[in-house]
Amino acid sequence: MSVANRPVHRPLSPHLQVYRPQLTSTLSILHRATGIALSVGALYLATWVVFAAASAPTYAMFQGFNGSIVGRFVLGGWLFSLFFHLFNGIRHLFWDMGYGFEIKDAYRSGWIVVAVSLVATAASWIVGLRLI
Amino acid sequence: MNSDLRSHLSRARGLGSAKSGVHHFWVQRLTAVALIPLVVWFAVSLVMLSGADYSMVRAWIGSPFVMVLLILTIVIGLHHAQLGIQVVIEDYVHGDGAKLAMIVGVKFIAVFFGLAAAVAILRIGFGG
Repeated sequence: MSVANRPVHRPLSPHLQVYRPQLTSTLSILHRATGIALSVGALYLATWVVFAAASAPTYAMFQGFNGSIVGRFVLGGWLFSLFFHLFNGIRHLFWDMGYGFEIKDAYRSGWIVVAVSLVATAASWIVGLRLI
Repeated sequence: MNSDLRSHLSRARGLGSAKSGVHHFWVQRLTAVALIPLVVWFAVSLVMLSGADYSMVRAWIGSPFVMVLLILTIVIGLHHAQLGIQVVIEDYVHGDGAKLAMIVGVKFIAVFFGLAAAVAILRIGFGG
């Protein structure tokens, strides 16, 4: 084995698990996690309109799942993911334009995103359940 | 004076070593901005549709205004999603073959579902 290909055993820098969880890092991870969840949700949304175009019995089967306990849990979680990714995404767009990088501002915008996401999710659940 | 080792042409193109410049970054932001009003509209509509039966849902999907906004929401949403998933794959999948296969697979899936949704919406709207 040549010198260049020999495996190296350098010490690793401190990794995620040694840090105390912080709002900024937690929201960053949550942004990616909700993004992945919403990607699957987008496929589900496409499936929804395909089933609606198919036939009444096919659609009833699909709606049967949505109305079940598991289905409502998934849709409720999807709504939270949607609102969180939406509001945190707006926070990211402000960063992209160069605003809000001070630590104090990053924490304040982070807590605003958490609060607004929870309020929007709760409001959508309450209105949605009343309409059923 | 050109003090670095890059040619004038390379600097003028501004595409860097990845040869695509900021295109991925820019499209991710462009679709994000487009999705802000679309997603708000869709979330409100979805909540209002709670408990709607089959014919009500079809009548909603098939109205001209909804058809346009719904196709935009799904297609732009899937485009934004596949760009984001591509970054996740690039971060965590290190084998070149597996990385390329997964990125291509994700793009194919996004296009397939996007086209299927558009056809379904148009079929409902135009009474197929």
